[in-house]
Amino acid sequence: MADSIRDPPAENTDFQELEDGEDLLLESAAARESEPASLPAVDISTKTNGPKQDSLFDEDTEDLFAEATEEVSLDSPERDVLLSEGPSPAITPITPPISVITPRIGHAHDDMFTHSSFDEIEEEEGGDSFDIHISVSDPEKVGDGMNAYMAYKVTTKTSMSLFRQKDFSVKRRFSDFLGLHSKLASKYLHIGYIVPPAPEKSIVGMTKVKVGKEDQSSNEFVEKRRSALERYLMRTVKHPILLKDPDVLQFLESSELPRAVNTQALSSAGILRMVNKAADAVNKMTIKMNESDAWFEEKQQHFENLDAQLRKLHASVESLVCHRKELSVNTAQFAKSAAMLGNSEDHTALSRALSQLAEVEEKIDQLHQDQANADFYLFSELLGDYVRLITAVKGVFDQRMKTWQKWQDSQMLLQKKREAEAKLQFANKPDKLQQTKDEIKELEGKVQQGERDFEQISKTIRKEVSRFERERVKDFKMIIVKYLESLVQTQQQLIKYWEAFLPEAKAIS
Amino acid sequence: MMEEVKGASSFLSVQVHNIKVTEVLQDGDSLTFIIVSQKMSGTGEFHVDRTYEDFEWLQQHLFSQEDVPGIQGVIFPPLPARLQVNASSKTLRHLGFLGLGEWQPYCKALETFLRQVAAHSILSKNRAVEIFLTSSDPPGRQKVKKNIFNRLSQAVEEMRKEGHKDVDDFFQTKRDHNFLLTGYTKMAAEKFLDVVLTEQKIAVACGHFSTALHLCMEQGENPEKQDFSQVCVKLSEVFNSIKKSMTSTAMNDMNTLGLGLDLETRYQEAEKEMLFRRTCKLVELQNATKNAEKAKPVKKAVMEEAKKATETEFRQICEVAKKEIIQLESKHVETLQQALVQWCEKQLLTAKESAEVYSQHLQTFKRMQ
Repeated sequence: MADSIRDPPAENTDFQELEDGEDLLLESAAARESEPASLPAVDISTKTNGPKQDSLFDEDTEDLFAEATEEVSLDSPERDVLLSEGPSPAITPITPPISVITPRIGHAHDDMFTHSSFDEIEEEEGGDSFDIHISVSDPEKVGDGMNAYMAYKVTTKTSMSLFRQKDFSVKRRFSDFLGLHSKLASKYLHIGYIVPPAPEKSIVGMTKVKVGKEDQSSNEFVEKRRSALERYLMRTVKHPILLKDPDVLQFLESSELPRAVNTQALSSAGILRMVNKAADAVNKMTIKMNESDAWFEEKQQHFENLDAQLRKLHASVESLVCHRKELSVNTAQFAKSAAMLGNSEDHTALSRALSQLAEVEEKIDQLHQDQANADFYLFSELLGDYVRLITAVKGVFDQRMKTWQKWQDSQMLLQKKREAEAKLQFANKPDKLQQTKDEIKELEGKVQQGERDFEQISKTIRKEVSRFERERVKDFKMIIVKYLESLVQTQQQLIKYWEAFLPEAKAIS
Repeated sequence: MMEEVKGASSFLSVQVHNIKVTEVLQDGDSLTFIIVSQKMSGTGEFHVDRTYEDFEWLQQHLFSQEDVPGIQGVIFPPLPARLQVNASSKTLRHLGFLGLGEWQPYCKALETFLRQVAAHSILSKNRAVEIFLTSSDPPGRQKVKKNIFNRLSQAVEEMRKEGHKDVDDFFQTKRDHNFLLTGYTKMAAEKFLDVVLTEQKIAVACGHFSTALHLCMEQGENPEKQDFSQVCVKLSEVFNSIKKSMTSTAMNDMNTLGLGLDLETRYQEAEKEMLFRRTCKLVELQNATKNAEKAKPVKKAVMEEAKKATETEFRQICEVAKKEIIQLESKHVETLQQALVQWCEKQLLTAKESAEVYSQHLQTFKRMQ
């Protein structure tokens, strides 16, 4: 299932210069607003079919670069979300100033900056107990030919006062999900929140479906995607901050959603991100952050280890799923050969027993398929999700480093300006002196802001990591219980089959 | 296989039904099999060690009994092919189920061979059988002269005879049926082997996953880390159980239905060879008859003699063959029934055990929440 086809990078027609502080996403958001909001009216009739729906859909037809996306492997640079700001890629390595300011954790400031309001929101969480369940269902082809796409029904059931209704659903397409994620990422990643990654684009899956193949593999693709979208939404709303985000609420509630075109930017800016990633990699090597907080160092190492382990586990489970599918195929073939043997057998009772054998084996084949699905949908996808989540976690740590860097840069600049000021004292250039004094004042403000940002992101990350670890345990336990239940059920079915067959075998003579 | 007499064969000094191949010793590339049989007279056992060459020696002696009337009508118990030590998986593949496991299926097949030979009323008369089972010295290892029975690798001319129309409905039907059955049984055995091999692969994969999980244990005092470590350890145990269950399932498959299908396949090949020998004799008879008719008066008497002799041989072969075929057919039902019943019983037991183990794991996890 996991083909990693790496295409060479496509032409970068949508490459945009990243100016300092500019938000590529904000730009495209502005562009988006000028377009007519359009989700084609969809008939949510009761005839919607499940995953066995006949194929033909094309996600993001406006996305001319859809073809250009590679099959996203767990390692793909596309997995990095396009982040809003940050130091320009051409940063020069800086050694920290001697008077490095050590972060003071937990020091809340009075001034109004958005982050503290998040803290307040979290405190008042206690009011509404977390009760929300989201399901993604009824994949349905909308439109025809080249403009066709798949629409999914997103149903929310909740008792929380946050929502206008208790039970409601909307129709969404894949690019809507991607759009939601990019909005959340641009708002929250850089202040340290672990934003759950959106499901992958898939060139392989899309091609099969474009070709119009109405077969098991394209059905499996749709089901895999549906399940991934559901998990994505649940993870997102489980986050107390993200749940209350207006974009999330709008996504879940509003019947019409502005068409997300920034997914086009996402795909065609694959180049852009690769450039950024390369620059970041250089940065990471040269940023010698004076980490005075051992917690972060330890955690970073911990996540590196966890990443490696999860990837290994994931590969292991994929191999298991593969073998199970093979077993199902082999069992079916054996069943056929047993049937033929039974047909050519003269002895009546033996012939009947062999035919029964063939039937039993067919039933067992179905059990193998169910088991393979359990292996896959429970474990393989869980592990895959967590590998991607860890990448988001690592991203958040990176953001902290960037924040620190920004702070240090301001610090350096301030230092320089002060030196310049000192020189100008003796130079008798009152205009320049005043200008410099003004600049110093501005920079002092920036330095303070930088420090506050750094403290805040550190604080947020600690909370987020703690939440992540709690959720991880819950997640795994829940999946394992489901898996064990399926195992027990399979065995009990097997017992029934064998108990039914035994008298047949004994009755041969 | 006529009159399978349990225990008492008047030609052998051993009991037939409990001949055992108890172990196999390896010395470099050669294998030696230890064969234990119970003495007919009172208590006591015969312990002999034999190599594969000794088995071949025995088989050759059985094949070369030209003076036994109708010997060509016998369906010879099939000897398993040679087992290569340190063989690649490809070469082992030709042995099918007998190449699996730690040589136990193979020993079982050798054992079955000996029991069938010893129980056969015609074959057990041959001195070679007694010598093989009881003599402490290795039987003569000189090569016995080649004969018609040696692996009937059918040359092109011979192939033509296989399709030769029969004069007897009974045998024609049997030949046709054997042809079908041989193909289907062989295929069923091969497909079942594929199933078993895949089950083994799954067991290995579960083992790997279990080990990988064990390595996920995290050092640390904070409760979330300990929780997660515990989850990993417990899950590792679950997959270890799955591995055991799969291994057990594969073993059951191997030792019951697998062996049964393998034996059936080889016996049907043996029957095919017997029928072919008879067909060849039929062709010979028909040629001799033609020659006798066409012969010039000078040669006529000689030709008539030859024809008569062939006629007698053919008749004897048919008599023996008929009995052998009927015997084989009831044996065939018995073999498959036994295999199916044992297979089902073992799998049922394994399934019950596995269900129990998984339930326990489930309880453990539910308690953990």
